[in-house]
Amino acid sequence: MHLAYPVVLSALLFCTGLYGVLARRNAILVLMSVELMLNAVNLNLVAFDVWLSKAVEEALHSGQALTLFTIAIAAAEIGIGLAIVLAVHRNRGTADIDKLRDTAEGLEGHPADGSDSDAPTAEQADRTGKAEATA
Amino acid sequence: MSLAAETHGFLSPTGVEIAFLLVGLVTFGAALVTVTTKQLVHAALWLVVALGGLAVEYLLLTAEFIAWVQVLIYVGSVVVLLLFGLMLTKAPIGRSPDADSGNRWAALGVAVAAAAALVWVVVDAFRATWIDLDGPAAGSTDATGASLFQNWVLPFEALSVLLLAALVGAIVLSRKAKTGVSQPTAGKADTGPVTAGRTQASQATPGKTSASQGTAGKADREGTP
Repeated sequence: MHLAYPVVLSALLFCTGLYGVLARRNAILVLMSVELMLNAVNLNLVAFDVWLSKAVEEALHSGQALTLFTIAIAAAEIGIGLAIVLAVHRNRGTADIDKLRDTAEGLEGHPADGSDSDAPTAEQADRTGKAEATA
Repeated sequence: MSLAAETHGFLSPTGVEIAFLLVGLVTFGAALVTVTTKQLVHAALWLVVALGGLAVEYLLLTAEFIAWVQVLIYVGSVVVLLLFGLMLTKAPIGRSPDADSGNRWAALGVAVAAAAALVWVVVDAFRATWIDLDGPAAGSTDATGASLFQNWVLPFEALSVLLLAALVGAIVLSRKAKTGVSQPTAGKADTGPVTAGRTQASQATPGKTSASQGTAGKADREGTP
């Protein structure tokens, strides 16, 4: 088999996941796209490992070992990520990452929530302080 | 390698290549539907198709152990976790019009540019590289297990520590914070008997309330404001 087939498929899957990460609004859909990107990397690792293990005499099978490690780390990542998303959803009532912009800068006139009414003043004070620091 | 690669052309694909191409098309299509569909649960189900197709690709690359690990972990647990997450965040069942954010076209441009650059570079670099799939399988469970437990034991053990840390972290993140103000829904069931027992104890012997508070103290903090 040509090495180009799995490698091109891996590149296309990675870019599909990249589009999903950039374009999706729900945090869980972003996590799904991250899984697609990790799987693209896994396919690359397996393909290069199968190629190199036949080309080299003493192969360490590092590609397959790294694939297993990536799968385990992806499982841990999805667990932690879902716990964070659920905590955010419990505290804010939404899992939209477009609405989680507490640390965003340069958004004048952004409607603040009723819960943290002192946040805009602190933000403005911080911004003026930063402007003074830069001036 | 290069001498052997000269004899293989792209215009005369082998059977394994044709199978890889077909399954790859299915996988890529499922991935595209996953990132573009408006129905959130359907996205998770199409992700199953994409990940299962990748497992078939691993089998075609003679990496059988990776393929079954992929089926077990990704299709078996990660997608189930994602579906749990979708249900717990009250995802709409039907079509949700705001599944994509406003920067969709910029994201499409970035993704298409990255795909074009990557495919161009990769095809240019590995046009003549040939994977020899004949002979003993490179990724059989025997070979994978031997290399994993001969050369990769220390990272393997470190990975178990990482999984333990992730487990503890997920539990800590997902439990409710018990600080001062009680939850309106928590402990509603055991409010009655606990407060009844406490008032009874305080009425009977005021000196012994400290002893009874030892047992009822935990539920008391949750139940009464």
